Amino acid sequence: MTTMTMARAINEGLRVAMDADSKVVLFGQDIGRLGGVFRVTDGLQKDFGEHRVMDAPLAESGIVGTAIGLAMRGYRPVIEIQFEAFVYPAFDQIVSQVAKMHRRSAGTVRLPMVMRMPYGGGIGAVEHHSESPEAYFVHTAGLRVLTPSDPQSAYLTIQQAIACEDPVIYLEPKRRYWDKGEVDLDTTLGNTGLLSPWRARIMRPGTDVSVIAYGPMVRTCLEAAEAADGVALEVIDLQSLSPLDLATVVESVERTGRAVIVHEASRTAGLGAEIAAQIAERCFYSLEAPVQRVTGYDVPYPASRLEEDFLPDLDRVLTAVDRVMED
Amino acid sequence: MSTPIDLTGVDRETALRLYRQVVRLRRFEDKVYQLFLKGELPGTVHQYQGQEAVAVGVCEALAADDWITSTHRPHGHAIAKGVSMRAAMAELYGKATGCCGGKGGSMHLGDPDVGMVPAIAIVAGGVSVVSGMGLAFKLQKSGQVAACFFGEGATNEGAFHEGLNFSAVQKLPIVYVCENNLYGASTAYHLTTLVPEVTERVKAYGIPAISVDGMDPVAVRAAMQQAREHAASGHGPMLIEAKTYRFAGHSRGDARKYRGREEEDTWKELDPITRMRDAILARDPADEQAITQIDAEIETELDDAVEFARQSPLPDATLAFTDVYADPFPIPSVVGERS
Repeated sequence: MTTMTMARAINEGLRVAMDADSKVVLFGQDIGRLGGVFRVTDGLQKDFGEHRVMDAPLAESGIVGTAIGLAMRGYRPVIEIQFEAFVYPAFDQIVSQVAKMHRRSAGTVRLPMVMRMPYGGGIGAVEHHSESPEAYFVHTAGLRVLTPSDPQSAYLTIQQAIACEDPVIYLEPKRRYWDKGEVDLDTTLGNTGLLSPWRARIMRPGTDVSVIAYGPMVRTCLEAAEAADGVALEVIDLQSLSPLDLATVVESVERTGRAVIVHEASRTAGLGAEIAAQIAERCFYSLEAPVQRVTGYDVPYPASRLEEDFLPDLDRVLTAVDRVMED
Repeated sequence: MSTPIDLTGVDRETALRLYRQVVRLRRFEDKVYQLFLKGELPGTVHQYQGQEAVAVGVCEALAADDWITSTHRPHGHAIAKGVSMRAAMAELYGKATGCCGGKGGSMHLGDPDVGMVPAIAIVAGGVSVVSGMGLAFKLQKSGQVAACFFGEGATNEGAFHEGLNFSAVQKLPIVYVCENNLYGASTAYHLTTLVPEVTERVKAYGIPAISVDGMDPVAVRAAMQQAREHAASGHGPMLIEAKTYRFAGHSRGDARKYRGREEEDTWKELDPITRMRDAILARDPADEQAITQIDAEIETELDDAVEFARQSPLPDATLAFTDVYADPFPIPSVVGERS
């Protein structure tokens, strides 16, 4: 086991993938000489060369389009969108081409490409640096969506994303980039077992309430579980937002009878709505209380001094836990 | 106004092949139009009549392993690059034997086996994608070239400028083929664009550009040979602006009220089929027989394609749920409601 930050763990995962396959190429703004604004690609251009780690123009639509062309001709491009809100100019390419090319070609065209982007708030920046756009992508058939919550999951999920034959939106919780954790660098994709990135992880078992989270909120929920008085919370990290590992969620909720879903993104038509609906459809007769959601509010992401009230925190999670325990 | 096509330096075989190709594209589209009016073809179609010289001239100058990207108006590009009439027609019928297995339809014709990306119908969408293909060819030192078709309307999309800028700075082996047919759907280009010469606009990107008579397959072929050579030899991309005209409306519901019949008649005098035929016969009247034979062969090929498409099976309904992912997994809504 090695202790490292999540940013470092993603870097190490990229190295493993690049070492294993010369067709893995990186493309994005400021990822070469600078190593990315969050230094996730630090040192990779130096070690792998300018042909494998390429700085891109300020043109997100062009970056995604270029990755499509590379993927069609045998490469496995990993692109970086510098901040999640910069992905919107590339929305057309992602939704109309990336997600649909395989299908419209009757499976003859494959696009094994990874679209990395930091997402979520908590760094005191503005809306364009703090949003949580996952629902747009989860809603789009043809895309897979992964998000790590700690260094260990980051190390494995980035490798799994690159190995996948489908296009993957890879959302990196930017305020957890500097969180340190233990990483087993000897774990390979072949022996992940229950750590499989497409499975949800039960981060902390518990008997009273299933707390379902992903990305930056996993740590918040683990802290809430630690602080909860007399209530045993089971914290689930979804990891894969598309496909969703509903089996793990359903098994947990059937056991606990209570569910709280936590995400930073706004509530209406957010991912929590889908999970709550799935729980209602599959676990209705096991439920002891209505499903609760703890989410960002339905407002544009607030500026730096206001974001603390927007982001779900430990107190809001515990309040929701109290509500499901009351019934 | 119509200048004769100049066959200097074009051997008989090539001239007849160019003629055959423009007629194949035209007759295919004319047949599609009839079938659409009869209600045999679903959806809508964006037709290529009038512009055949561009697809034919460009694809004649490409190597077999070169690639093209196409647009919402892809029928001509597909046939010119080598998709069979059978596979194209069956795709328009939505049949399982179509070039995309019935999953693409009119706006997504294509086939990787002949070097054609299933057409990208979002305007200028292919301009971004072709940068990646060009980058792959450059990294692989493969000597291949990618040709990117688009209309003049695409030059006002952001993706166009992103793509050209990147391929220029990277010196990618790409030829951009602008089919300037004067109208983006119903709106004349000059109403939306202060500098309507595409060759002028791309100077800003350092991309050399040539303007060519897009109603003349010989001229387009010559321009493309020059552009392909430029792109393949490491000098970076080149752009061809082919001045052309679509004889049909933008799509099937278009009655073309935005342009005068006089203008249409002027362009119809430049019909590439008539001009190719005239040029061939001017050089050797005895080729009348060869032309008649070509015409007859194309009718046979076309009838066979329609019959093939009609007789082909529809795709199984469950195929709507396949090929969504290359690494498939049970899609919850499908499993929940259809199992």
